[in-house]
Amino acid sequence: MAEPRNIWTFRGGLHLDDHKAVSTGRTIEPASIPERLVLPLQQHIGQAAEVLVKPGDPVGKGQLIARASDYVSASIHAPTSGKIVAVEQRPVAHPSGLSDHCIIMDSDGEDTWGELPPAWPDYTERSAAELRERIRWAGVVGLGGAVFPTAVKVNTSGQRAIDTLIINGAECEPYISCDDALMRAHPEDILDGIAILRHIIGAHECLIGIEDNKPEAIEALRHAIETRGERDIEVVVVPTLYPSGGEKQLIKLLTGREVPTNSLPASVGVLCQNVATAVTVANAVLHGRPLIERIVTVTGQGIRQPGNYRALIGTSADRLVAKAGGYSEHIHQLIFGGPMMGFSLRSDQVPITKATNCLLAASQAEAPNNDPERPCIRCGECARVCPVQLLPQQMLWHTRAHDFDKVQDFHLFECIECGCCAYVCPSHIPLVQYYRFAKTAIWTQEREREKSDLARRRHEARQTRLERIEAERKARLRKKKEALEKKPAAQDDDPKKAAIEAAMQRVAAKKAAQQNPEPAGKD
Amino acid sequence: MIAAIVTIAGLSTVFGLLLGYAAIRFRVEGDPIADQIDALLPQTQCGQCAFAGCRPYAEAIAAGEAEINRCPPGGEATMIALAELLGRDPVPLEDEDAAEKPKAVAYIVEAECIGCTLCIQACPVDAIVGAAKQMHTIIDDECTGCELCLPPCPVECIHMHPIGETIQTWQWPYPKEAAKGATHG
Repeated sequence: MAEPRNIWTFRGGLHLDDHKAVSTGRTIEPASIPERLVLPLQQHIGQAAEVLVKPGDPVGKGQLIARASDYVSASIHAPTSGKIVAVEQRPVAHPSGLSDHCIIMDSDGEDTWGELPPAWPDYTERSAAELRERIRWAGVVGLGGAVFPTAVKVNTSGQRAIDTLIINGAECEPYISCDDALMRAHPEDILDGIAILRHIIGAHECLIGIEDNKPEAIEALRHAIETRGERDIEVVVVPTLYPSGGEKQLIKLLTGREVPTNSLPASVGVLCQNVATAVTVANAVLHGRPLIERIVTVTGQGIRQPGNYRALIGTSADRLVAKAGGYSEHIHQLIFGGPMMGFSLRSDQVPITKATNCLLAASQAEAPNNDPERPCIRCGECARVCPVQLLPQQMLWHTRAHDFDKVQDFHLFECIECGCCAYVCPSHIPLVQYYRFAKTAIWTQEREREKSDLARRRHEARQTRLERIEAERKARLRKKKEALEKKPAAQDDDPKKAAIEAAMQRVAAKKAAQQNPEPAGKD
Repeated sequence: MIAAIVTIAGLSTVFGLLLGYAAIRFRVEGDPIADQIDALLPQTQCGQCAFAGCRPYAEAIAAGEAEINRCPPGGEATMIALAELLGRDPVPLEDEDAAEKPKAVAYIVEAECIGCTLCIQACPVDAIVGAAKQMHTIIDDECTGCELCLPPCPVECIHMHPIGETIQTWQWPYPKEAAKGATHG
């Protein structure tokens, strides 16, 4: 191998205890088939999927049951064979605890595959468009947490040529180890996925970024690359520093390129995909199988057997917890995601989705600090650790003042909500909460503005229509009036009419002259 | 002395002509302040401000004939935005009870509708579909919740349905409130 690659650094970041050994002790447990599955229609960024089945329909494993309704949307497939029970609102894993549209199905226990598209081991003969269509059919989304539809992400036409494919195996958030487990167990599948992605986007170089706290994963991937004799794929070990797994942070670490504000990595010639996404792409293309299961880390002091578990999408979280030995006496809070970016679940009766990388059954000590907020002492620690180089204090002041224009001037929407600022804050100010509040408040304002613009347009259209009708009515009346005024004059002038009238009078006189004598004669 | 007078007179003529030309060339049609005010109003066209819609109210504010606190659907946020735009002091809302109403859309009980078209004529944004002696219905997405269709209905078959919160419209709570309301942790 050539001399070690230069690793750049990004500003900010935190050294955290990784707590990953808790869940990496055992091999990945295979998925079991629950009796009931709940599949939310919105598991991804973009439009919700459009339902293709109705209650009572039998479905085969892998059958498309809801299709992507828009360009930025993702399909949903039956994770096992069975029968559709209902399409209705069910509680989903969301910080609000609200319900959303879901397809509910019962499994028949047979787990028989439905009709699948052909496997394409010869994918190199397929065009990029065909492969993207296959990825789109398979409902592949970014499994690192962002759940952005992969078919859209790999469509790089019209953008700058991509020279580097970065595979994200950094997995920087404490406790989470599903990508680590995947890299240890299935390095071959990851390489398959990389080959397909490179074929689609035409990147000549591939870098796999992994944090140095995962030596087994690094070894497994390097070994696989060597045995397959892959060229231009390199495992790059990056120091463990949260959040090195952030897309823009990892790109900076590996290539030294900085993705500008408001732009995509493609603008610097890079495409970034998570390791699990690469495996799903390989499954979709090489085997014609859709995304119907994923690896979930179930961990924390509140669980008896922490580990990595395969779970069918739609499996209830409480079932997965039961599989991991159930809650221990330390359970304090069930967190969806990791301790830094995750959110607390109000109920464990919610389905595992494509976004679920971790269920953290946290003890009191592990749960995020909920101490009451104290005044800001302007120590500046938050700005020092911010990996995006924002000014968290400024954003806090403006959010408190509800001055959303100003917050956006400080690039609120560049905030990746990594939680570093809130973690180091000596006053326990929940900074990320403020930013999340501001982001959703701005979205609400935008929605309302759109709605009021629509109402204005419709009101103005109605106004012009009413005026037009009124003008037409007036014009008609005026015409009638003019016609009436003209009429008497016309009777006098018209020689034809006068002639007809004269003729009529003559006829009437004649008739009278003929008829009158007769009755007189009769009498 | 004469040179100075001629120079000044010449300059003033030139600038006068320039200004006169600019006044014609860059003439602003309409009232830009009224447009800006109109853009801030919620466009429900409900008439609760006692004007015949949002635009007339905006024009009245621009002309200094109306206070900025007469828009209940816009609530305090609109009033503050108007105060900021116009450099006026914020004033409490005229009708505070009306402002606290949750957002709602009209709903026609179709079984009771007699097809009289009165509501269609009352709707300021054409959000009601129907024809004489045919059942009417409301296009949810276009209803502004102005309630103007309620009084004309002879059979009182129109009700207001509050718009529930969905995952797509949900907002993260402001942290202080979250701290108060939190039961866990």
